[in-house]
Amino acid sequence: MNRRLLLPCASAFALLISLTGCGKNGDGGIVIGEFASLTGKEATFGISSHEGTLLAIETLNAAGGVLGKKVELLTEDNQSKAGETSNVVNKLISKDGAVAVLGEVASSRSLEAAPICQQNGIPMVSPASTNPKVTETGDCIFRVCFIDPFQGTVMANFVTKSLKATKVAVFTDVKSDYSKGLAKFFKEGFIKNGGQIVAELDFNGGDKDFKAQLTAIKSAAPDAVFVPGYYTDVALIAIQAKQLGLTIPLCGGDGWESQTLLDIGKDAVEGHYFSTHYASDAASPGVVAFVADYKKRFNGKVPDAMAALGYDSAMFLADAIRRAGSTDSKAIRDALAATKDFEAVTGKIAINAQRDAVKSAVILQVKDGKFKYLETVAP
Amino acid sequence: MDWLLQQLINGLALGSIYALIALGYTMVYGVLRFINFAHADVLMLGAYAAYFLAPAVGTVFPLPSLTGALIVTLLSVMICTGIGILIEFLAYRPLRQRPRLTVLITAIGVSLFIEFTCQHEAVFGADTKPFPQLLPVHDFNLGGLVIGSNDLVVVVTTLVMLAALWFIVQRTKMGTAMRAVSFNQQAAALMGININRIISFTFGLGSALAAIAGILYALKAPGIDPLMGVQPGLRAFIAAVLGGIGNLPGAALGGLLLGLLETFAGGISGLSNYRDGIAFAILILILLFKPAGLLGKATVEKV
Repeated sequence: MNRRLLLPCASAFALLISLTGCGKNGDGGIVIGEFASLTGKEATFGISSHEGTLLAIETLNAAGGVLGKKVELLTEDNQSKAGETSNVVNKLISKDGAVAVLGEVASSRSLEAAPICQQNGIPMVSPASTNPKVTETGDCIFRVCFIDPFQGTVMANFVTKSLKATKVAVFTDVKSDYSKGLAKFFKEGFIKNGGQIVAELDFNGGDKDFKAQLTAIKSAAPDAVFVPGYYTDVALIAIQAKQLGLTIPLCGGDGWESQTLLDIGKDAVEGHYFSTHYASDAASPGVVAFVADYKKRFNGKVPDAMAALGYDSAMFLADAIRRAGSTDSKAIRDALAATKDFEAVTGKIAINAQRDAVKSAVILQVKDGKFKYLETVAP
Repeated sequence: MDWLLQQLINGLALGSIYALIALGYTMVYGVLRFINFAHADVLMLGAYAAYFLAPAVGTVFPLPSLTGALIVTLLSVMICTGIGILIEFLAYRPLRQRPRLTVLITAIGVSLFIEFTCQHEAVFGADTKPFPQLLPVHDFNLGGLVIGSNDLVVVVTTLVMLAALWFIVQRTKMGTAMRAVSFNQQAAALMGININRIISFTFGLGSALAAIAGILYALKAPGIDPLMGVQPGLRAFIAAVLGGIGNLPGAALGGLLLGLLETFAGGISGLSNYRDGIAFAILILILLFKPAGLLGKATVEKV
């Protein structure tokens, strides 16, 4: 190309880009970015939380939007892969001009997005990342779920009091920040309750053979095993534990809650316990209304905890934008930080100084191929 | 003591799977002198073929049953044999006269191509799918020791396949031709051997083995995804090298050894994190002292 032509062409191109950029924000919508694991290993989590978020945005827009403007949700998939999140979050912020970012379930990938949002001063709300490190990144990072020190302690108390266990084995996924964090807080809580950790074994998320570790656990003769993993691995662990004649209860955290756990694990996961954020069979009016709306929107599918948290994360953000009275990222951040007594589907949320939600947890048991509500534990 | 014996059983069961996959690697290497990295992905395709076939077969022969399982396996084996021959025809045959490195890199490319195509929503999707129960399961309890029926099936299948392969390679006309091609392709062609046919046959046979291994692996861990072949494939490749690549009993021995090492390292409280590290460190040590592998013959490369 002729050198004299190059400059006009380039500037025309730049103008075009800026015009289309304007087009996106110019129609008055509030652009909210979302990143989620829509495909890959933790896809059922990503899809659930995304569907919850989508339902919230549609509900908001049907009621006239926020501050009189429509809310525009832009969703990006990180394929459950490390490294992909930073690409999509950078795109959401710099190219799409998101005023706030929602995402995601897996702590490892939220930890990847958090520094980027913090640097750009864009508030980020994670629906379900429970590792404490996520919000420690900076004052722009929030979450609507409880954190692992709380979840770990809840399970430690449950194992001590309800299961009457004194000796427990811990089986951790060393590849996941979530699993390592939860295992650590469970151990601390359980030892404080006078319990004894008789075996500590590790696996790598994605492994298929767990018999070596499970045999070691069996020979240590614990009363229960704490497995803070994700559902695909937990299902295989439960199957192989059953094959080895390990009949003691397995316990875990919110990483278990997925239909896939039941599909793969079948009768092997029967009778085991885990803590999570909400129970779809609870009787509170907020939950009943949400479950009904969700079923109507998504072909009768029962919303799991991730869907409820995805919904809450969007509603929580919308509430803050309303109170801020503007779409300025700084104002939204301050309003988010000032949240007290926000009525969410998953319970009443107050944001503390660490920008974590203070709220209660529920414990579910797998029974007859379903998740059954056992008890609620207040913070 | 119980603990030790149970780990021995676990290790042998895991090792047999590695051995079965390693047989496929080593056989193709024996004939063509190159590593077919797509082997692990054919294994995955075998498991998926069974996953999709099982409901259809189940309507005629209710699953889980031995007949049903055999029919599903047979059909998957046929599909994978076809895929194996097709891969060779499309990807490797055009490169027959090129340097071996070109073919090796192409093999890695084929492997990635299959993995990522299958992860696409429209193909299989990246999420884990529950693998159906093909065989009736029974866990034998011998005084505290547990032996799963699936594990026995794996061990027996591996032994049968090893014997069958040995028979094919050593005692049949096709096997003689395979060995001739392995020895010297040009000379074999001059003796009237149809090289293309022999190589297609080798790939078909290797892929059939991969399909069987894939189904057995999926029965052991009944959650399948498009990347399920990567880890066992890598381990089996190493098992083949450990046993002496190109050597059939060597591959079986290498697989068993790797399975046992991994199991014993993984069963130590506090050290299970280093499961693979310990297993592979020992392998490196063995290869330092026996570079051609346990049963491999040291050969002098003519330059």
